[in-house]
Amino acid sequence: MDIRSQVSMVFHLDKCIGCHTCSVACKNIWTDRKGTEYMWWNNVETKPGTGFPTLWEDQEKYKGGWEKKGKDLRLKMHGSKTGGLANIFYNPNMPNLDDYYEPWTYDYKHLFTAPEGDDQPTARAISLITGKHMEIEAGPNWDDDLGGSPVYAANDPNLESLTENERLALNELERVVFFYLPRICNHCLNPGCVASCPAGAIYKRGEDGIVLVSQEKCRAWRMCITGCPYKKTYYNWGSGKSEKCILCYPRLESGEPPACFHACVGRIRYLGVLLYDADRIKEIASVPEDELVEAQRSILQDPFDPEIIALAKANGISDATLASARNSPVYKFVKKWKLALPLHPEFRTVPMLYYVPPLLPVLAAVKDGNYDVTEIADAGLAPMLSSLEKARVPLRFLASLFAAGNAEKVTAVYRKLIAVRIHMRASRVKDIPEAEQKEALAQGNLTVKEAEDIWRLTSMATFDERFVLPPLAREVAVEAKVDPSTHKREVGFGFKKAGERKW
Amino acid sequence: MLDTLLFAVFPYVAVALAVVVGFYRYFSDRFSYSSLSSQFLENRGLFWGSVSWHYGILAILLGHLIGFLIPRSVLAWNGVPWRLYVLEASALMFGILTLWGLVVLIIRRFSSARIRVVTSLMDIVLLVVLLVQVVAGVWTAIFYRWGSSWYAGFAVPYLWSIIKFSPDISLVNNLPFMVKLHIIGAYVIVGLIPFTRLVHLLSFPFTYFWRPYQVVIWNRRKETRG
Ligand code: HEM
Ligand code: SF4
Repeated sequence: MDIRSQVSMVFHLDKCIGCHTCSVACKNIWTDRKGTEYMWWNNVETKPGTGFPTLWEDQEKYKGGWEKKGKDLRLKMHGSKTGGLANIFYNPNMPNLDDYYEPWTYDYKHLFTAPEGDDQPTARAISLITGKHMEIEAGPNWDDDLGGSPVYAANDPNLESLTENERLALNELERVVFFYLPRICNHCLNPGCVASCPAGAIYKRGEDGIVLVSQEKCRAWRMCITGCPYKKTYYNWGSGKSEKCILCYPRLESGEPPACFHACVGRIRYLGVLLYDADRIKEIASVPEDELVEAQRSILQDPFDPEIIALAKANGISDATLASARNSPVYKFVKKWKLALPLHPEFRTVPMLYYVPPLLPVLAAVKDGNYDVTEIADAGLAPMLSSLEKARVPLRFLASLFAAGNAEKVTAVYRKLIAVRIHMRASRVKDIPEAEQKEALAQGNLTVKEAEDIWRLTSMATFDERFVLPPLAREVAVEAKVDPSTHKREVGFGFKKAGERKW
Repeated sequence: MLDTLLFAVFPYVAVALAVVVGFYRYFSDRFSYSSLSSQFLENRGLFWGSVSWHYGILAILLGHLIGFLIPRSVLAWNGVPWRLYVLEASALMFGILTLWGLVVLIIRRFSSARIRVVTSLMDIVLLVVLLVQVVAGVWTAIFYRWGSSWYAGFAVPYLWSIIKFSPDISLVNNLPFMVKLHIIGAYVIVGLIPFTRLVHLLSFPFTYFWRPYQVVIWNRRKETRG
């Protein structure tokens, strides 16, 4: 066993209100420079929807991630490494600007400088690429809250798993349903971006598992854009370098959570250490699709197990990191309670960002123009208004997102989520019979203690419970190479020159 | 005098520039080593241009290299007429492919508003020089037959004389204008390498063939492993 530590994440989708504060926090810090205007290292999508860039999940189109070939895994984008390099002069599966959107600003100056006339002057849109007037045709969240759903939501690749009738039902007004899917880089264990980079510019940091693009080594072969199935490496068209979410490592190194985590209004985000066995990455990435969720859980190791602790220490993982692994909210959600699932595990990159799926509203009806819940009450679903059997979103849709199609895994998660809900309502509001409460806990395979712990971490967790940061060894790292006091005088902000084109 | 300057002095200047400035740029501004791909901004034109250009130019350069390394074998091959025709025809075909690709790239650079934004002065200089060079090359192939044979007789000994530091310009100073232009053009391009995006040639990612897929970098451990 080769035990390593990974800074990992959980997003609790039930709590996301789709406000995009996370995206804006990230943009203001990292991507408001020339060449990066169109990038959203953090973005929030409406599901069902086509996402950003449009249809990113459709790997027939973009060829991201891995596929099985016999017993081996290979990048979907190449037959082989040689074959891949044959495409270096033109990458046939690369999304271009129009698959994202053309970033723009407005010609505000015109409001002041326009000559006097009969009409009000307007501020027309100006492209941030060409500086010319442009027609706005798309944006990074153009289909927010199901906007334009006949074009966007209707083309969500995950709907393929549904029957025709189920798909039609999603279009009926009173059955319409959506939820938000915030996305950042998953800092995968088997990253497609790293594997596809011909220059070897992208790497995983050994100590914390953060995936970074070395700006000095990147040569703009732009293979990572295709290699990442989540489309979370972006090409900076101005500097000729790829860039991606860095999990705010400079913030982590000074003990603060990443900006999107810190800013999150819904407090949906959790961050903590997971220990895993690096020897088994390939193995668990290669199992049949319906076993992927379980296999990916199995690589995560118990930070309370003395044997694992000893192995971790032998591998140089510090006591402080191990202590934070024991406190990790991510460990609880992912491994202990089995509530959080990876997004599209079938891409086989072993993502380290997990999602607690959103609770599902029940099917309701509209009677005489009113939202009618009598039927629901008759069916015994009040007051929770939630039921797995009568869920408005077909489970297969969620299974297609979070379990490579294995609906059983998603069902198990929902049984738990519903159990927690019924249990808490029964013990607080006391309008649910005890028998029903017991039944729900039994179905969810939860003890009372577990249900309450889940409730607590879901809804009451403090800042320090949500973000359990390991001490990231900045000083140690520096000290290994140069005397810290010398280093301090030499650098301040990393790059001493602007990352701009000069030659 | 001019010939001496161009054929005996300039080659050394060009190579020296390439080496000195190339190293200087690598160590002082490694960030700038990039192919500066513009595919993100424009897709279709790049497909026709870049694929034709690169496969064309790499085949042509390989041809020049083979002719330079084993001139005798090339002459022997050309001893039989049909083999000569096959060689010349395929060389010309690649030459025309290269030219076509380059013309598409140039038109693309100037016609697309998005691409104009990422076009520097050196990009334009480079494309013009490459155009002159490729036109001179194709011209030579068409009008001064059979290049693959006389290349062995004139150009190869001349290049060797340069490499041995005793330039013998008598081998080249009577060649037709277009051929001379082609030779000078080659030196200009070599000299331009470190000043332009041509540095991407020096970054060809060979290591990708043998490195493991995954790259992990540790602060303290030395090795990089998957
Ligand atoms: C060694 C193998 C080579 C590789 C891997 C390579 C790769 C590339 C790549 C990835 C691009 C960017 C294309 C894009 O915009 O997406 C590019 C552009 C370019 N390459 Fe190469 N190249 C090679 C050899 C050459 C050679 C031998 C030359 C000429 C002597 C050359 C001249 C150019 C030029 C002029 C461009 C810019 C085209 C434009 O106007 O957009 N390349 N190359
Ligand atoms: S800030 Fe939090 S609640 Fe708001 S959209 Fe982002 S993830 Fe959702």
